[in-house]
Amino acid sequence: MATASAHPAHPTGLKRYLFSTNHKDIGILYLVFAVIAGVFGAFLSILMRMELQYPGIQIFTHLAQIVDGAAPETAIDAAKNLYNVTITIHGLIMIFFMVMPALIGGFGNYFIPLMIGAPDMAFPRLNNISFWLLPASLGLAVISLFMEGAPGMLGFGGGWVMYPPLSANTGHPGPAMDFLILGLHIAGISSLVGSINLITTIFNMRAPGMTMHKMPLFAWGMLTAAFLLVLSLPVLAGALTMLLTDRNFGTTFFDPSGGGDPLLFQHLFWFFGHPEVYIMILPAFGIISHIVSTFAKKPVFGYLGMAYAMVAIGIVGFVVWAHHMYTVGMSLDTQRYFVFATMVIAVPTGVKIFSWIATMWGGSITFRAPMYWAIGFIFVFTVGGVTGVVLANAAADRALHETYYVVAHFHYTLSLGAVFGIFAGFYYWFPKMSGYLYNERLAKIHFWMFFIGVNLTFFPQHFLGLAGMPRRYIDYPNAYMLWNSVSSIGSYISGLSVIFFLYIVFQAFAQKRLAGANPWGPGATTLEWTLSSPPPFHQFDTLPRIVGSDSH
Amino acid sequence: MNFVPPAARPSRLVRSAIGLGLLLSTTISAGLAHADGLAYPGEISMQAAATPIAEEIHVFHNWVLLPIITAICLLVLGLLAYVIFRFNDKANTVPSQTTHHTGLEVAWTIFPVLVLVVIAIPSFRLLTHQLVVPPSDLTVKVTGKQWYWSYNYPADQGGGFEFDSTLIQEADLKPGDVRLLSVDNEAVVPVGKVVHVLVTADDVIHSFTIPSFGIRIDAVPGRTNETWFKAEREGIYYGQCSKLCGKDHAYMPIAFRVVSEEKYADWLASAKKKFASADSQPIHLAQAH
Repeated sequence: MATASAHPAHPTGLKRYLFSTNHKDIGILYLVFAVIAGVFGAFLSILMRMELQYPGIQIFTHLAQIVDGAAPETAIDAAKNLYNVTITIHGLIMIFFMVMPALIGGFGNYFIPLMIGAPDMAFPRLNNISFWLLPASLGLAVISLFMEGAPGMLGFGGGWVMYPPLSANTGHPGPAMDFLILGLHIAGISSLVGSINLITTIFNMRAPGMTMHKMPLFAWGMLTAAFLLVLSLPVLAGALTMLLTDRNFGTTFFDPSGGGDPLLFQHLFWFFGHPEVYIMILPAFGIISHIVSTFAKKPVFGYLGMAYAMVAIGIVGFVVWAHHMYTVGMSLDTQRYFVFATMVIAVPTGVKIFSWIATMWGGSITFRAPMYWAIGFIFVFTVGGVTGVVLANAAADRALHETYYVVAHFHYTLSLGAVFGIFAGFYYWFPKMSGYLYNERLAKIHFWMFFIGVNLTFFPQHFLGLAGMPRRYIDYPNAYMLWNSVSSIGSYISGLSVIFFLYIVFQAFAQKRLAGANPWGPGATTLEWTLSSPPPFHQFDTLPRIVGSDSH
Repeated sequence: MNFVPPAARPSRLVRSAIGLGLLLSTTISAGLAHADGLAYPGEISMQAAATPIAEEIHVFHNWVLLPIITAICLLVLGLLAYVIFRFNDKANTVPSQTTHHTGLEVAWTIFPVLVLVVIAIPSFRLLTHQLVVPPSDLTVKVTGKQWYWSYNYPADQGGGFEFDSTLIQEADLKPGDVRLLSVDNEAVVPVGKVVHVLVTADDVIHSFTIPSFGIRIDAVPGRTNETWFKAEREGIYYGQCSKLCGKDHAYMPIAFRVVSEEKYADWLASAKKKFASADSQPIHLAQAH
C-alpha cells in the first residue's frame, strides 16, 4: 500500500536502534526488553517456589552465600533477608519492566500508529527517551540489590508496596532503598512521557474519517491506560519523593514521632497502585477483543459498550484504592464506601466478558494459536475477577488479606490475565512484526504447557490462603506443605514453557517461512493487516481514508 | 454512631446453616485428627471457627460468596464450551454479523448488579458486627515489635503487667509444640468473654491476626487500632504476623490460650508475680524507644 520511496535509506545496525525515533523499532526494543526482564522475573519466582516446595529453609541459605557473599554462620539471616528482597524485586520487575513495557511500550508503540493509520507517534524523540530511561531504571534497581538495606543486609526487602516505616530509616537505613526510589522515579518519567505521546498520537493523528467511535478497541484500551498513568504516576512520584526526604533530609511525612503518619504513604501509594493494575489489564482487553473478532470472523459485539466499559473501569478505578487497606484501622463508614465502590467495578468487567462471548456467538471460529490464548484469557480472567469480588468485601477480606488467597487472585488477573493477553498479542502480531510464521502446533503446545503450569501454580494458593497461610513468608507451618508442593511443581512447568516459547521464536526466525500481509484471513479488519509484513520503515505516506458509517 | 448490641448472633436460618456446615466439615475432616486454632495438613477451607464473628465469616464465604463465584465461573466456562463446539468453523461456516442486542446488553448489566446486591446485604451486616466493638469484659493491649509480640494486661482488671511472647526455636520444641507457631508465653483469656484488643507497633507495621477468631488488624506505629473477639471454646489459637515487617516476618507468631474463668484467675495471679519484675529486668529490649 504505502512505500518508503520519499524517504532516504533508513539507518542500520546499532545506529538504527540506539538513536531510533521510529515507533516500530522502539516497539521492538520494548518487547525485547520485556522478554529479558520477564525471563529474569520468572527465574526469581521459580527460586521462591523452590524455596517453598517444602517447609524449612532449603535453598536461600546457599543463595545468600553465593549472591550476597554471606558467611556460613550468618547465612540464615541473610537468607531470610534475601527472600524478602527476591519477592520485592520479582514484583517490581514483573510490573514495571515486563508487563508495562510489553503492553504499553511494545504493542502500544508498534500498533497504535498502524491501527489508527498514522505514519509514526506524535513525538518520536520523546519516544526514544521514554525507552532508554527504562534500562537506566532497571540498572538502578539491580544496583540496589547489592547495596546495604537493613543493617548488615543487602538489598531492599520490604515488598513492592514499600510501606514505611519498613522502607524508611527505621527498617532500611542503607542506600538500597534510595537507589530503588530513584529507579522508580526514572521508570515513572519513562511511563509518563510514553503516555503523553500515546494520548497525543491517538487524539491528533487518526487517519481521516476515523472518528473516536470507529477507533479500534486496542486504541481505546491504550488511551484509557495512558490517561490512568498520567493521572496516577505523579501521585506515586510525590509519595516516593516524600519518602526520599524522610530518609535523607529529616522530614517526617510518614514518621509519627514528628507528627506524620505511615498510613499517608499507603493512601498515596494505592491511589497510584490501584489504577496501575488496570493499566496492566486494559491494553490486554483491547488485544483480546481484536483476536476474538478476527478468528470468529465477526465484528466486536457491542463496540460502544466495550469501549465505555474500559473508560468506566478506568474512572471507577480511581476511587477504590483503600480496598487494599481494609485492615489498617479505617472507620466503618470508610470501609462501607470502599466495599460499595469496589463492587461496582464488577459490572463493566462483566459487560466485557459477556461481550467477548457474544462476539464468538454465531461466529465461524478458527482455532489458531492466538485464539487459544484469547479464550484462555477469558476464562482465567473470570476466575481472577470473581475472587476479586470476594476480596472486595471488607468483611471477607478480613480473613483473606495478606494471605495466599490474595496472591492467587492477583496472579490470576495479571500473571494469567495480563500475561495471557501479552502472549495472545504476541502470537497474533508476530507474523506482522517479523514477517515470518511461527510453528502453529508448537505455539498450541506452549499454550497448554503454560495454561496447565500456571493453573497448577496458582489455584492451590486459594486453598493456602483460605487456610490462613500469610504471604511473603520464607517458611510456613508444616500443615501447608501439600498445596505448596503442588504449586511449586506447577511453577516448574510454567518455567519450562517460557524456555519453550523462546525456542518457538528462535525457530520462526531460523525457518523464515513468510507470513504475507494478512495470515489471518477476512476476520482481520484493522489497518495493520493492509500493510506488508513487516510493515515498511515508514508507513502511510498517503493516509488511509476510513469510509462507511460504522465499521463495527 | 449506631450501636449494634453484642448479641450479634446470626438468625435461626443462618444458625441452622452453620449447623449443617459444621456437620459437613466434621464429616469431611473425620479421621484427620486436628486441634483447634491452626490449619490441618492439606486444608482447603478456613480454619475451624472459634468465635461468632469467625462463624459469620464462614457462613458468608462458604454459603454466599463461594456458591456465587463458582456458579459464575461455571456459567462462563459453559458458554465458552458451547461457542467452541457450536460455532467453530466446521459447525458453522457462515458467521453472523450481529453486533448489537440492546435487551441482552441491558440484561448482562442489570444481572451482575442484582448479584452484587445479594452479596452486599450480608457483607455490610458482617462488616458492622466486626467493627463495632460490643461492651467488653476484658482489654488486652498488643504491641508488635521486630520480631515478637508484647501483651499488656491493664492494672484495673487485675493485671498490671506486660510480657513478651516469642517463637520457640525449632531446636527447643517440646512434644505437642507446633513448629513456627508455638511461643514461650501465650496470652491467656477467659472463655466466653468479650475481649477488647488494642493493637499498636513500636518500630514498623505488623499485623495482628488469628484466623480461627476471624480477626486481623494492622499494628501501626503512632496509632492504636482496636478489634474484639469472644472465644467460645477453650484451646490454643494461633496466628501469624500478616504485614511484611523485615527479616523475621515469618517468625513472630501469635498464640492465645483460651481457658475457663477459674484458670484465668489463677493464671492472672501467677503471671502478676512472674512478670512483675519485667519492668526492672526486661526480657527483651525494644529496638525503638
